[in-house]
Amino acid sequence: MNADAGRLSPASRLRRSTLAFAAVSIVALLVAPFFLYPVFLMSVLCFALFACAFNLLIGYVGLLSFGHATFFGGAAYITAHAVKVWGWEPLSGILLGAVGAGVLGVIVGALAIRRQGIYFAMITLALGQMFAFICLQVPFTHGEDGIQGVPRGHLLGLIDLSGPLAMYYVTLAIFLIGFFAIWRIVHSPFGNILKAIRENERRAISLGYRVDRYKLGAFVMSASLAGLAGGTKAIVFQFATLTDVQWQMSGEVILMTLLGGIGTLVGPVVGAGLVIALQNYLAASDFPVTVLIGIIFVICVLLFRRGIAGEAMAFLRRRAAG
Amino acid sequence: MMVETQPILSASGLTMEFRGFVAVKDVSLSVTEGSVHALIGPNGAGKTTVFNLLTKFLTPTRGRIVFRGDDISRLKPAEVARLGLVRSFQISAVFSHLTVLDNVRVALQRPAGLATQFWRSSDVLAALDARALELIDAVGLSEYADLPAVELAYGRKRALEIATTLALEPTMLLLDEPMAGMGHEDIGRISELIRRIAKGRTVLMVEHNLGVVADLCDRVTVLARGEILADGSYESVSADPRVREAYLGTEHE
Repeated sequence: MNADAGRLSPASRLRRSTLAFAAVSIVALLVAPFFLYPVFLMSVLCFALFACAFNLLIGYVGLLSFGHATFFGGAAYITAHAVKVWGWEPLSGILLGAVGAGVLGVIVGALAIRRQGIYFAMITLALGQMFAFICLQVPFTHGEDGIQGVPRGHLLGLIDLSGPLAMYYVTLAIFLIGFFAIWRIVHSPFGNILKAIRENERRAISLGYRVDRYKLGAFVMSASLAGLAGGTKAIVFQFATLTDVQWQMSGEVILMTLLGGIGTLVGPVVGAGLVIALQNYLAASDFPVTVLIGIIFVICVLLFRRGIAGEAMAFLRRRAAG
Repeated sequence: MMVETQPILSASGLTMEFRGFVAVKDVSLSVTEGSVHALIGPNGAGKTTVFNLLTKFLTPTRGRIVFRGDDISRLKPAEVARLGLVRSFQISAVFSHLTVLDNVRVALQRPAGLATQFWRSSDVLAALDARALELIDAVGLSEYADLPAVELAYGRKRALEIATTLALEPTMLLLDEPMAGMGHEDIGRISELIRRIAKGRTVLMVEHNLGVVADLCDRVTVLARGEILADGSYESVSADPRVREAYLGTEHE
């Protein structure tokens, strides 16, 4: 029944090479902690998931949120508080963070999706600033200090997460589940409608779609997944601080997604890896990291309009065609 | 002509003001079920505004719209579409980066209950392929089914738009300048298509090409400066001296 590769249709050939790529990536991620610093890898995975969640909105619905730190940081606070103060088990703490971020997503989304383009971005930014201010003022976040010394605890009461390897594999599992969820949403009947709305919103309305509901749905999904990343981050690094909710964090996730490639599934992962790697390896040097990231950003915008992953995929597609 | 029946769509006293500027003034219109009705008038007469009012993309300052006996004056555009009153746009409205097949499937997804499922693979949409291909075939686009819509020639984009609209099985179609920007060949083909789809449906169209209007439409309403100037058959309307002055006199022959 199985035809040789030469006779497969382009679609099934693409599917086959995607599966091969996914398999190689997962194996690489499984062995990575034996070659690279696990904390660095976990940091990359958390931010990669955050960027993928952000990309779900910008890349597949065409909505530029300038306040995604609210969901990432909000979840980090919720998880940290649940685990440290209430003594919750870490996984349920992370899930509570994701649910909390989803609730915040309903509130922010319901207000923001009524406007389009730059106005949407401005509303999300304004609400993000308000949320950061609330986090500075309310007692449970401990203001400037943040929530420090969050215990990693035992996963489901069984697996001790204090060791880096155990924590790494849990983080990897969460990342893969989140990534798979996004992949599923993008390639679902719902995802199809999202793409149609991105392409031509008025036309989608004239076909009877209540586009606000679809946009809000996507917004809440994106917020919850960003929360999943933020909650995991709070357990990995054992703290939640104002850094996670401030606008710079919203800017960073935009940068990661743009660098990697908007509207590609792996792009945000590549972008997050690049930015975190630069921040890590240059932290000790005298050269200011932000300047270097700025230069790379400018080069990418000028040379690779579609981002690193976007350009790479376009190159492969051209080679396959030619 | 067929027996006069109840109007399927009627508007009374429609007025639209934009910050003091009156774009549409006291327009009353009634479209007979099963007819092909044209809305014509010189540029800036307010035809597209009337269209936007009828399909609720704009909310009228005053006036009432009734579709099949229901007052739709306060509904949202998506709800109007769900009632079977579906419009097209002046500038061709396709989902550019989706394939021709996907464009039509988007329209089929909602009635099939396959629009909100985010947990299933989009492979389930294959169930809609047969119907989608049937519609694509009906507008003569079979060989382009797998092509992204953006790569279609202009006339074919309009044909795709019609196939997408028909996927909703609308009781009434509102076509906003279906022939705009088309060459002779395309006009003939789209006219033929409209004639075919008008069977068993009601069509209201805004159109500049008077040859097409004369050929296709049972009834014509002329709009000038936001007000109704004349209403009737093409012959009676084109004989009206006020219409000739406002519109035909300058543009026809």
